[in-house]
Amino acid sequence: MSHNTMNLKLKVWRQKNANVAGAFKTYEVNDISDEMSFLEMLDVLNEKLIVTGDEPIAFDHDCREGICGMCSLYIDGKPHGPWQANTTCQLHMRAFKDGDTITIEPWRSNAFPIVKDLTVDRGAFDRIIQAGGYISVNTGNAVDGNSLPINKDNADAAFAAAMCIGCGACVAACKNSSAMLFLSAKVSHLALLPQGEPERKSRVLNMVAQMDKEGFGSCTNTGACEAACPKEISIANIARLNKEYLRAGLTAE
Amino acid sequence: MSSKNMFTSSVGKKLVMAFTGIFLILFLIVHAGLNACIWANDEGLMFNKAAHFMGSFVVPRVLEIGLFLGIFLHILQGYMLTLENRSKRSVGYAVNYAKGSKWYSRSMALLGTLLLMFLVMHIYHFWTPSRLGGIGGIKSLSVFDKNGVEYHNLYAEMQLVFENPLVVLLYVLACGSLGYHLAHGFQSAFKTIGIHNKRYHALISTIGYGFAILIPLAFAMMPISFYFKLIN
Repeated sequence: MSHNTMNLKLKVWRQKNANVAGAFKTYEVNDISDEMSFLEMLDVLNEKLIVTGDEPIAFDHDCREGICGMCSLYIDGKPHGPWQANTTCQLHMRAFKDGDTITIEPWRSNAFPIVKDLTVDRGAFDRIIQAGGYISVNTGNAVDGNSLPINKDNADAAFAAAMCIGCGACVAACKNSSAMLFLSAKVSHLALLPQGEPERKSRVLNMVAQMDKEGFGSCTNTGACEAACPKEISIANIARLNKEYLRAGLTAE
Repeated sequence: MSSKNMFTSSVGKKLVMAFTGIFLILFLIVHAGLNACIWANDEGLMFNKAAHFMGSFVVPRVLEIGLFLGIFLHILQGYMLTLENRSKRSVGYAVNYAKGSKWYSRSMALLGTLLLMFLVMHIYHFWTPSRLGGIGGIKSLSVFDKNGVEYHNLYAEMQLVFENPLVVLLYVLACGSLGYHLAHGFQSAFKTIGIHNKRYHALISTIGYGFAILIPLAFAMMPISFYFKLIN
């Protein structure tokens, strides 16, 4: 396989903290291998910035395997960059050409305040989960896997919803900054399983209330979230969330 | 747990938009069906009778109140949601994410505003003269049924209004806005009320696109038919 290098221009959002205004700053990076990941390319730039005494660019990352949900970055007008069903850490430089200018922005939503540069505080998602995205069980020995009969279709749909890594790309992609794809994935994966049944109604009501409190917008079914989601969470989950909410609202005490 | 703010939460507001939207979709079917009587080619006899029935019988008059309430709620909630949603992102993007969604799904407020402007003109042209007798500035036209009861000749009113090419153009453009508004709104409303299985969603999407093409087309053909004298 041929090994190519490229020279790029980066327009990066720099912001000291949430209280001061930010601005774009342009950087040049040279001799970037097309086999590098996008974050490795930023590492190279940061190494250079440290050597020259500049402040390195802050960005979130952790596993770099596409499964933890820590990486973000809104690259050239799309969360997680140009590839479909992909996280930023799994985006490779072969997606770009020599001489390209790449615009890198943080997730933009008032519910995700900027911590520094490209890092945003996604604590709002944690608080939504705390409002009901769990099941209450007494601890003890793990029960036998087959003791609870679960329909295969439901198990598959629940698993597909549970794929959500909570990265926030749905919020970043949505023109309304709505978190409903995230919330719907969390509500769906428990609503589809018998373990989620006892708290099914209170879960959806409480999680929606928390989502509204955090300052996310409401869904208008444009489908941008689904198109940007690195885990391809289906927008059908939002319809299920609506159904769960309507059902709970009409029948919960 | 609280279900008391069921219709004021983010999901609840969507439900209001969906329910009123579906009600307005039903109205469009009745409106288009009734107006199709103009193509009976009987100098408006059938159409005038149908319009007279709608204006004089108690059930459609009660539904009419519901219609005005529904439209009002849909518009008010729509604008409030749009403003609220916009306020959730104080600093916007340098490059917008346009590829992930259709332009008309992102432009429902704009399309709705165009429809509201059309609605004002439309009520002035037909509803006020027929219900309140000529307030719209167009002189009231009367016909008599076989019992000698006087009623408004809406057919003649249509002939008169659609003599103006600018009005015809505005009506046709409004039908375009309606089509795109429905192309997103129809299937979105059913998603909002919770239909999520693949089979029915595909069916509803197909019906929705068909509806979004056929209904506005039928409405657009009305001024065109009058202007080009395709009916007498």
